[in-house]
Amino acid sequence: MSYSNGTTKSRGSFIVLVFLSALWLLPTVGLFITSLRAKGEAQTSGWWDVLLNPFSQDWDLSSYTTVLTENKLATSFISSLAVTIPATILPLLFAAYAAFGFTFLTFRGREFFFSVIIGLLVVPLQGALVPVLKMFISFTDKTGIEISGQYAAAWFVHSAFAMPLAIYILRNYMMTIPNTLIEAARMDGASNFTIFWRLVLPISVPALASFAIFQFLWVWNDYLIAFVFVGNERPVLTYTLLAMLGQYGEGWQAVAAGSFISLSVPLLVFFTLQRYFIRGLTAGAVK
Amino acid sequence: MKDLLTAAQAVIGGIAITALIYWLLNLLIHRLPEKIKKKIEPYVFIGPVLILIGIFIVIPTIQSIRLSFMEEEIDGSTTWVGLQNFKDLFAEEYFPSMVVNNLMWIAIVPLLTVSIGLAIAQLANNVGSRSEKIFKSIFFMPMTISFVSAAVIWRYIYAYAPEGQDQVGLLNTLWIKLGGSPQAWFQIESFRFNNLLLMVILIWLSAGYSMVLLSAAIKSVPEDTLEAGRVDGANTGQIFFKIVLPQIWPTVVAVFITVLIGAMKIFDIVLAMTGGNYNTTVLAQTFYLEYFIYGNTGKAMAAVVILIAAIIPVMFYQVRHYRKFEAAR
Repeated sequence: MSYSNGTTKSRGSFIVLVFLSALWLLPTVGLFITSLRAKGEAQTSGWWDVLLNPFSQDWDLSSYTTVLTENKLATSFISSLAVTIPATILPLLFAAYAAFGFTFLTFRGREFFFSVIIGLLVVPLQGALVPVLKMFISFTDKTGIEISGQYAAAWFVHSAFAMPLAIYILRNYMMTIPNTLIEAARMDGASNFTIFWRLVLPISVPALASFAIFQFLWVWNDYLIAFVFVGNERPVLTYTLLAMLGQYGEGWQAVAAGSFISLSVPLLVFFTLQRYFIRGLTAGAVK
Repeated sequence: MKDLLTAAQAVIGGIAITALIYWLLNLLIHRLPEKIKKKIEPYVFIGPVLILIGIFIVIPTIQSIRLSFMEEEIDGSTTWVGLQNFKDLFAEEYFPSMVVNNLMWIAIVPLLTVSIGLAIAQLANNVGSRSEKIFKSIFFMPMTISFVSAAVIWRYIYAYAPEGQDQVGLLNTLWIKLGGSPQAWFQIESFRFNNLLLMVILIWLSAGYSMVLLSAAIKSVPEDTLEAGRVDGANTGQIFFKIVLPQIWPTVVAVFITVLIGAMKIFDIVLAMTGGNYNTTVLAQTFYLEYFIYGNTGKAMAAVVILIAAIIPVMFYQVRHYRKFEAAR
């Protein structure tokens, strides 16, 4: 066993942690309670009053129904899913192929190209945004096919920007696959194509899952790309929420309910897939 | 619902097309003589990604840099103006304050995030594995929350109403209980206090990340090095600072850099909380404002180029670090 854990339980540490974790939870709990309050009460008293006096409170789910219908949050929810799901799944195969190439094949420029990918891990996406937008627009001018303002624009951009991290995570994982396994398959006459599909891809499923969770959360929570490439025709949740923040008439409880709807999905993903998520993190996420 | 159908079609169609592309490429190269095939095959694996990255990241970034030296007319034509866009940006009233803000984000957020993460990781290591798991989940949870949602959450903390009205903000309520009068927190510019309030949000979001990675590192410190310290009579503090910390130092640096990059690029939190008002603006927010709100392509690109230039040293560090790591394995 390593450093202390389990052997010396410290009461002091426990008490400090209880205090700190209460502090950490407080903002989110406040949001949740506010979202469940009636409009009049949420406007006039702090949510913590409820904790002191839970039964005098008018609990009210109407904020949720209101934002889902009136503020079109239900539509935004669908838009968010429509952006996020393809943007999570489409990069997987591309990245897996490239990671295989970088891990198991030798070729000229391998070190160079991989260094570029490492470098691109940190490049701010703002740098590429405007020219990509212009590219989409001139593509539409030439072909008549709309891209900007469609979900597809966000899928392309998110997929491309996911590549460095995806390749990095997948390659780190593939490097743990014993080389003898690959060599044995080669001896049996398997082509690289077969080795990739039959051997490496199935083994890499945990790493693919880790990356997919990351990408899902990243895209779901993204505002900038959704704002620039999908915009107000198909507003995603972050877009609608930000717009609601600007309109105070909605009342505190409405924005809270909207926000809670938006973060319910990441929370669900987090609590069900925590193990893969943390594995992905420790595999070296730098985004 | 129609939108979800489109998404489902895109997923199925996209995967089918991708698989088909690779399959066709594979078929093609297998018709080539063995020697040539061996040379070309790797590029079949990495080529599509290189093209994707080239089209969507590398070339556009270079174009942005070019655009920062250009003036754009309404018809889309551009003329070379040298450093004029940068001069215009530097001359903006908000510029000096923006630089100070960015520097503050860089100086404060990574340091605090790493320290808090380290403290929690260390404390959680002392409480037994079941409680440890629960505590870790709590600290980690904010990481899954979007910046926009986080902004909503923290508005409930920083909310302000004039004196005499009902206060719904937690901070003001506490402040009044302590004998203060209600404060419009976001407007307190002295010592950039309002900036600090925004930074708290990013620290709240990312401390869990730092804690998870540092905790994993702490757990991998070999027991015998600690035992040796104990035998020599080192106290808990000495064990931590002289034995544990040096061994987890590479992870500390890695986490620091990751949070540093996040702080350099900070945008959504500022946009959603203050919109950059009251001297809280930052580079990425300036880019957004100048391009999408004011339509000043030149100034927006100048802001982006400064951001890229600031990140380039970190980029070189990453690549060098990776090379060293690679050579060691």
